[in-house]
Amino acid sequence: MSKLRYRPINLGRWLVWGITALVMIVLPLIFTSGFTLTIMSQIGVGIIFALSYNMLLGQGGMLSFGHAVYSGLGAYFTVHALNLISKGTFYFPVTLAPIIGGVAGAFFGVIFGYVTTKKSGTTFAMISLGIGEMVFACSLMFSDFFGGEAGIATNRVMGSNVLGITYGPAIQVYYLIIGWALVCMAAMYAWTQTPLGRMANAVRDNPERAEFVGYDTHMVRFLTLVLSGFFAGIAGGLSSINYEIVTAENLGALASGSVLIATFVGGAGYFFGPIIGIIVFFVMVTAVGGITQAWLFYLGLLFLIMVLYAPGGFASLILMHVPVIKARLMRRLWLPYAAAAITGVVLLAGLVSVVEMTYHYSAEADTNPGMALFGLAFNVTSYTPWAVAAGLLVGGFIVSRFAWKAVGKAWGEIILGLQERRA
Amino acid sequence: MSTAIELKAVTKNFGNTEIIRGVDLAIPRGERHAVIGPNGAGKSTLFNLISGRYPLSGGDILLNGESVSGLKPFEINRRGLSRSFQITNIFQRMSVFENVRCAVLWSLGYKYSFWHRLGGLKDANLRAEEVMESIGLKARRDTSAGVLSYAEQRALEIGITIAGGAEVILLDEPTAGMSRTETADAVELIRKVSQGKTLIMVEHDMGVVFDLADKISVLVYGEVIASDKPQNIRGNKAVQEAYLGTEAH
Ligand SMILES: Nc1ncnc2c1ncn2[C@@H]1O[C@H](COP(=O)(O)OP(=O)(O)OP(=O)(O)O)[C@@H](O)[C@H]1O
Ligand SMILES: [Mg+2]
Repeated sequence: MSKLRYRPINLGRWLVWGITALVMIVLPLIFTSGFTLTIMSQIGVGIIFALSYNMLLGQGGMLSFGHAVYSGLGAYFTVHALNLISKGTFYFPVTLAPIIGGVAGAFFGVIFGYVTTKKSGTTFAMISLGIGEMVFACSLMFSDFFGGEAGIATNRVMGSNVLGITYGPAIQVYYLIIGWALVCMAAMYAWTQTPLGRMANAVRDNPERAEFVGYDTHMVRFLTLVLSGFFAGIAGGLSSINYEIVTAENLGALASGSVLIATFVGGAGYFFGPIIGIIVFFVMVTAVGGITQAWLFYLGLLFLIMVLYAPGGFASLILMHVPVIKARLMRRLWLPYAAAAITGVVLLAGLVSVVEMTYHYSAEADTNPGMALFGLAFNVTSYTPWAVAAGLLVGGFIVSRFAWKAVGKAWGEIILGLQERRA
Repeated sequence: MSTAIELKAVTKNFGNTEIIRGVDLAIPRGERHAVIGPNGAGKSTLFNLISGRYPLSGGDILLNGESVSGLKPFEINRRGLSRSFQITNIFQRMSVFENVRCAVLWSLGYKYSFWHRLGGLKDANLRAEEVMESIGLKARRDTSAGVLSYAEQRALEIGITIAGGAEVILLDEPTAGMSRTETADAVELIRKVSQGKTLIMVEHDMGVVFDLADKISVLVYGEVIASDKPQNIRGNKAVQEAYLGTEAH
């Protein structure tokens, strides 16, 4: 008899993937507005980009500050290819055009990656930053290719019409993005279950030991980066089809920083973490960004709080509840959670008031002292609103601390209980 | 019998201090060879030189007749030499099974493959299960290596070292810090896994050394002062003065 354990087909995994696919397909039928479709398209592209980033950060332990180089160059190559295709220089189906971006991303992964991956840690981070700046500088110098300030525009509608698919309507582009997102998600997940994927984890955790079991850590990191560049390039290619324009911003530090933040906030330690992160990120950018100028401040604050109190990201916050649910102990958490939520709302109201009023005060206190917040109109130069806001902030903080203590106590008891059950 | 490992006038300096001061040693294939010596004698440093962790300052090291000096650790490993560490050096965050499987992948030719599914690698998985069985950690298969007991971690350390099927195995103090029964288990484990291989072992426990070793080299201040059969080492005056005597306090 074989000593191997054969696992039955993993039903749970199929279920998760199936539901994910279904949700992505059905969503535009529920949310039919053009605005939500735009956001969902962005999220689809973002998922590929963030998962490719996490091949480096989460799987390979490489903190990159310049990942947008690969998606950005992928986008530029795709946009040029689209222009050539529409001129008739060569034929290539638009549906597959993102692969051009992928190849470009992988190519530049080979070029830049060989040097960057020699070392990990701080050295890698610094070099990735340097290369990001270098490529960005190049984009402003070689304006024939990069299009200078204006960027390069294209038209994704080629006139040819296969089965009614022209990529004219945004919904068709959405499904193109979703198709690619599902394929790339599956491919990147599969990669984590390959020898290279596993050795990327090994090199991340203990590079020295990896060398003593026969692996060249440089090569492991290098190949990981090339593959990661490939998927980033696909994301870039899709974004160029989506927006029909690529500018230097696509490969700039802001784009690189955004994917870092999204991945970290979602949880770099888990495969699906970056997916959550990207959704949170775009909700922050569009929903919060739509109503206040201070959205970047709130995003920064969220990032800060996550780094300090939940370094495993939202994914770890979700997963830590699984054993509690299994042990049927959630009921011990509801009350403290409710307390934390209610007091949290007060604290948040205070914080938002102070931030928004400060923004308003510094921007237009003399010309337009009146402002509205939470449906209340008031004068930002008078004392009362400031006193109320400060009161909410301080009071909210004080009562929140009690709630947090209760949450901490409940968790302490639960962990103890779980340990006892295991023993 | 051919020579598995040969050290020729090997020296190593750290800054101005000469730690290894001209070591000559030839270990025939299939021998179980123990290196003993007082703390700080340079035993671990010698292992670090042989396995490519540190570059040599002088001399040459041959593995199966070919020079390996200047090669990287992974290159030396691919030529059939594997080592363990005095301070446990495992993949803390991975399960026992994953630790061992990582150590067999290269030797089975999977290299940097991203087109094989790990779950489908029958030979690698079977080999990993066998190794876990032989190091007695089968029951801990899915446990995170970081939460194993000290003795279990030491066993895993040996498991990772032998998993790739290397012909030459270097073990740096495999039984250090173990209880009497754990040591006895470890000795049996080492005997088993070094069957038909060349074993070089640094060890402080004289019981273990005299039990396992075909031959013993005594390293004192970076020099081999004696290299002989166990019974001759026991009677060697210089060794007793330099080492065995001080050991007894
Ligand atoms: N990387 C290094 N840099 C500087 N000095 C070192 C280094 N590694 C070892 N040494 C020094 O070399 C000497 C020999 O160390 P080594 O670890 O080889 O001794 P050892 O024989 O293994 O001792 P122990 O029995 O305590 O393990 C020590 O004095 C140590 O401080
Ligand atoms: Mg030592």
